[in-house]
Amino acid sequence: MKRFLSVLAMLVAALQGFAQQANEVEMATDLRSSGKIYVVVIVVCVIFIGLILYLFSIDRRLKKIENRD
Amino acid sequence: MRKNWWKVLASILVLYSIIGGFLIPVPALAILHETIRNLYFHVPMWFAMLALYLISVVYSIKYLSSGDEKDDLIAVESVNTGIMFCFLGLTTGMLWANITWGDPWPSDPKLNSSAISTLMYLAYLVLRNSLDEEQKRAKISAIYNIFAFPVMIVLLFVLPRLTDSLHPGNGGNPGFSGYDLDSNMRLVLYPTFIGWILMGVWIMTIRYRIRLLENKLNNHN
Repeated sequence: MKRFLSVLAMLVAALQGFAQQANEVEMATDLRSSGKIYVVVIVVCVIFIGLILYLFSIDRRLKKIENRD
Repeated sequence: MRKNWWKVLASILVLYSIIGGFLIPVPALAILHETIRNLYFHVPMWFAMLALYLISVVYSIKYLSSGDEKDDLIAVESVNTGIMFCFLGLTTGMLWANITWGDPWPSDPKLNSSAISTLMYLAYLVLRNSLDEEQKRAKISAIYNIFAFPVMIVLLFVLPRLTDSLHPGNGGNPGFSGYDLDSNMRLVLYPTFIGWILMGVWIMTIRYRIRLLENKLNNHN
C-alpha cells in the first residue's frame, strides 16, 4: 500500500509538472520588467535612423548630379 | 522635400514597426514563444519583394507598348531590388525555421517553391546580361518577365496552399489571421507592410536614377 501511494504521488507530481510546462509559454517577461528591452529597442532604432539619414544623403547627392546638366 | 513625403512616411512606418514590434504585447504561443515577433520583420521582406516584382511586370508591359527605354530600366531595377528583399526573406526565414521547425530548410513546399521562383528571377537577370543588342534585350526580357510573374504567384501563393505546408495559412494550417493574430499584432503588421514596400520602392528609384545617369554618360562618350 505504501509503495502504491508513493508511486501515485510521484505520478501526480510528474503530471503536474507536465501540465505546467504546457500552460506556461516562456516569454521574455524578465527582460521587459527589468526595462532592459528598451536598451535593445533604442540600439536598433539608432541603427535604423542612421541608415535612413544615410539613404537621404545619397538621395540628395544624386539630385545634385542630376541637376548639374 | 515636398515630393519626398513618402520617403519620410516609409521611415516613420518602419521605425514604428521596430518599436511596436519589440514592445507591443503578443499572444503567448507554444514553440513560437517570443519569436512570433519575427512576423513583423520576416514577412514584410516578401511583401516588399512582391510589390517590386509587380512594379517590374507593369513596366515590362508598358515597355512593350511604348518602346521607351526608361520603362525597361524601371523593370530591371525593380527586379534587382526585389531579389535583394527575396534573399533577406530567405535568410531570415531560415534563421526562424531553424529555431521553430528544427531545420533551416525543412522540405516544405513553400520553401522549395520560393527557391524555384528565386532562380527564375535570377535567370531573368542572366538572360539580360547575355543579350548585347539593347532593344532585343529589352523586348525579350520584358516578355520573359510577363511569363515569370504569374508563375511566381502560383509557386508562392497557390501551390503551397494545396498541399501540407508548415507555413501558417497553407494546406489546412490555420493562418496567423485565423485565431492567433490578435488586433494588437494587426496594428503593427499592416503599417509595417506599407513601410517596407515604400522603402523598397525608394531604393529602386535610387538605382534607376543612377542607371539613367550612367546611360547619359555612355551616350556622351
